[in-house]
Amino acid sequence: MSIALKATDLSKTFEIGKRLIGPPRGLVRAVHPTTFEVQAGETLGIVGESGCGKSTLARMLVGLEPPTGGSIEIEGKALDNADPAAFGRLIQYVFQDPVSSLNPRKTIREILEIPLKLLHGMDRKARAARIAEIFEAVNLRPEFLTRYPHEFSGGQAQRIGIARALAANARILILDEPVSALDVSVQAQVLNLLADLKREFGLTYLFISHDLAVVESVSDRIAVLYFGAVVEQGPAEKVFAMPRHPYTKLLADSAPRVGQPLGGVQSGELPDPLNPPPGCAFAGRCPKATDLCRKERPELRVIEGDQLAACHHPL
Amino acid sequence: MGAFLKLLFRNRLAGFGAVVLGAIIVLALITPWLPLHPPNATVTANRFLLPGTPGHLLGTDHLGRDQLSRLLWGTRLSLAVGFAAAVIAGVVGAAIGIIAGYFGGRTDNVTMRGVDMLMAFPYILLALAIVAALGPGLMNALIAVAVVNIPFFARNIRGITVGIANKEFIDAARLSGMGHTRILLTEVLPNVIPVIVIAMSTTIGWMILETAGLSFLGLGSQPPQADLGSMLGEARSAMITAPHTSIVPGVMILLIVMSINLLGDGVRDALDPRLRSGALTRPLPATQVARKSVPEVPAKPGLLEIDALETQFHVGKRVYRAVGGVSLELKPGECLGLIGESGSGKSVTALSVMGLVASPPGVITGGAVRLEGRDLVGAKYERLRSLRGDKVAYIFQDPLSTLHPLYRVGDQLAEAILSHHGIGRAAAMERAVKLLEDVRIPNAKARARSFPHELSGGMRQRVAIAMALANEPDIIIADEPTTALDVTVQAQILALLDRLRRERDVAILFITHDFGVVGQLCDRVAVMYAGRIVEQGPTREVLEAPAHPYTKRLIACVPELGEGRRVLAAIPGLPPAVDALPEGCAFAPRCEKATDACRAGEIALESHGGRKLRCIHPEPAPVEESA
Repeated sequence: MSIALKATDLSKTFEIGKRLIGPPRGLVRAVHPTTFEVQAGETLGIVGESGCGKSTLARMLVGLEPPTGGSIEIEGKALDNADPAAFGRLIQYVFQDPVSSLNPRKTIREILEIPLKLLHGMDRKARAARIAEIFEAVNLRPEFLTRYPHEFSGGQAQRIGIARALAANARILILDEPVSALDVSVQAQVLNLLADLKREFGLTYLFISHDLAVVESVSDRIAVLYFGAVVEQGPAEKVFAMPRHPYTKLLADSAPRVGQPLGGVQSGELPDPLNPPPGCAFAGRCPKATDLCRKERPELRVIEGDQLAACHHPL
Repeated sequence: MGAFLKLLFRNRLAGFGAVVLGAIIVLALITPWLPLHPPNATVTANRFLLPGTPGHLLGTDHLGRDQLSRLLWGTRLSLAVGFAAAVIAGVVGAAIGIIAGYFGGRTDNVTMRGVDMLMAFPYILLALAIVAALGPGLMNALIAVAVVNIPFFARNIRGITVGIANKEFIDAARLSGMGHTRILLTEVLPNVIPVIVIAMSTTIGWMILETAGLSFLGLGSQPPQADLGSMLGEARSAMITAPHTSIVPGVMILLIVMSINLLGDGVRDALDPRLRSGALTRPLPATQVARKSVPEVPAKPGLLEIDALETQFHVGKRVYRAVGGVSLELKPGECLGLIGESGSGKSVTALSVMGLVASPPGVITGGAVRLEGRDLVGAKYERLRSLRGDKVAYIFQDPLSTLHPLYRVGDQLAEAILSHHGIGRAAAMERAVKLLEDVRIPNAKARARSFPHELSGGMRQRVAIAMALANEPDIIIADEPTTALDVTVQAQILALLDRLRRERDVAILFITHDFGVVGQLCDRVAVMYAGRIVEQGPTREVLEAPAHPYTKRLIACVPELGEGRRVLAAIPGLPPAVDALPEGCAFAPRCEKATDACRAGEIALESHGGRKLRCIHPEPAPVEESA
């Protein structure tokens, strides 16, 4: 298998309170140096709570946000979005809010034609044929093409968003909470559609979500993010079933499950991003924390077989 | 377009403005062909003729020139200059605003500080300075007026553009291969144009006035050329002896500016989507009631009984049947889960209890809501108000929008207590701190002095729960209280609610779309679909053996943690729109078991022991696995 996507020591620091002249008032590390790979044809799930840096990470991978440090390789070549047309053919993005990701003043046909025209230089006839093909793939009726985005429900709009990503004909898709804004019955439709498309077109997915069960149901491997860093990584079936990092265990216990008593109740919140603790970011909430945890930041390391965790005292 | 004009003319004043302005513009346009005296021909013998003199309808000025002719030629010039200045200011200002808003960062900072500097000068001073530098003349006055108004457009458009530039469709366009120029022209601009047009229509009046002001001072149009400002300026010396020479141009300026402003306001209101949907209509303090009949009160009243409740939204000619005959009852200390997808009517049911559905457009058209046997539907507002927050309290999904951003949370809690119990400010404050401790907020005393934005989402929801508990209610209605929270925080909040209800015997109506949450917290569950309850029963029984096909398939399509990678059993299709409900079972179009009987006629909610079901083809009970 070849490597579709590779991030090496990728990091992002935001400047808070920028001034016209002089240094900013503060720095926030949204993403700590992070290294991971996605194999071609694989789905890597990224899970984490709000503010853990998962969206920043995703936006860096598609060049919407310049990284502060580290490097990104897409299909073996360093990320280079100097030519938007060449870049758009490599990697695409599906947005969380399906309605706000479509320009309200354009028809669906106009929206779908842009990538075909700009990325592939197709003529009118070729575009019409390709749009019909894509629309069929995402189960939408051709009469929708002349309508405007506000006429669609969330599930339909998300299909259109996926259709636009497919139109670019990229082999890698970054899916940023693609079903979070949808109702449960529609969510399942979209998840199944994504699975079908992946099989049909041999796609590679990076699937970001805060919903553990959804991530587990679609991913091959899962990386758990906490406070801007990967704290655990491993095969989907093991990450939540046999967590190695205490935070992963807390997440798994907190997920509401029928028949399971209310559990995972633990006080504590995320540390202050403007004033991060020196050691492990989870130490303040961790039942196993020791002085070592509060002093030294644990590195991501192999715990057993294919399970990795960034913890001094793994489970 | 037709709808827009209709909306515009519904506003009488705007219609009047449009008619007056239209007439003036038409007159100005046809001036060259009207049988008028030449505007600049001086006949000193005919000085200061009064209006009505034969041949000179509006009289003559100090040089004997025909006032009517000068007025029309002057109006023509003033309008042209005003429009030109507005277009120049609009185009240049919008260009600056769009570029600053789109690129942000340093570009934004530098250009907007420049614009701020321009704004810091009094406008007439700035205009005078520009004219002084360029020399007097109509063209230079036009430039001055346009420049002075650029900051207004730049600031306005920049604000709008910042909002648009952060929208996801701009990112999507970038990934579709578009460069900055193309994005600005094809993605941003079409979304900003309505705002530019509105801003222009409301400022043209100002610009005409400003140009007239400069001409009045002798810096605009130069003699003998007439515009409204210069006519007024020349008439100034004869204001007492021949007042009509000042009144004639003055009235015209008044008419133009007034009609443009009235029309501009009308255009703005007609284009604003929020105003169109009726955001300016003040909601009533309680939901309107239009019941044909009132259900009978049962002999043994419970704590809360919702009886065949029907709530509709009447928007224009359409009737949205959001709640179509829902019956629920809540016992003391019980937790009832109300589950459904968006648009199923679960929130409207909850809001109807205390008459909190916004009216208009909401109307309760049938049924009853009884609190300890007394009907709340149609109750006097004073009674509802005394019960709201006291006997029945609400917790909503987004605590950031339910807490007032400008007051400290302790003060808000104290206010909630004081509105029902006159115990004094200090005692209320003490109780507020106690409540914050009860919902496990660390360091409650200090936290009471925090503003809502200083707290995290979980902490804010705790404050909202503390506020719901403030007056020791019998019932808490919680509308998706954990949906906006992270899972670890959700678990904390659910545990808190569970503890509170056991300790205080509070009944909870818990609205959610999450079966996992219901399974952990609720004793009984009711499933809603398209405004009706389709299944109801003890949580465990319903979740383990759902009898309605919708319940069964809804449970099946939610992935559950620990089941690994799999294909989900999705439900095809979409829920029906509540203004076009199908005949019979609303789920029939999506149900694989549906028969003709399902699509014809009313299907009743029937009781089977402790469970209720609205289906003629129920799912078979699961076979016991071991004997």
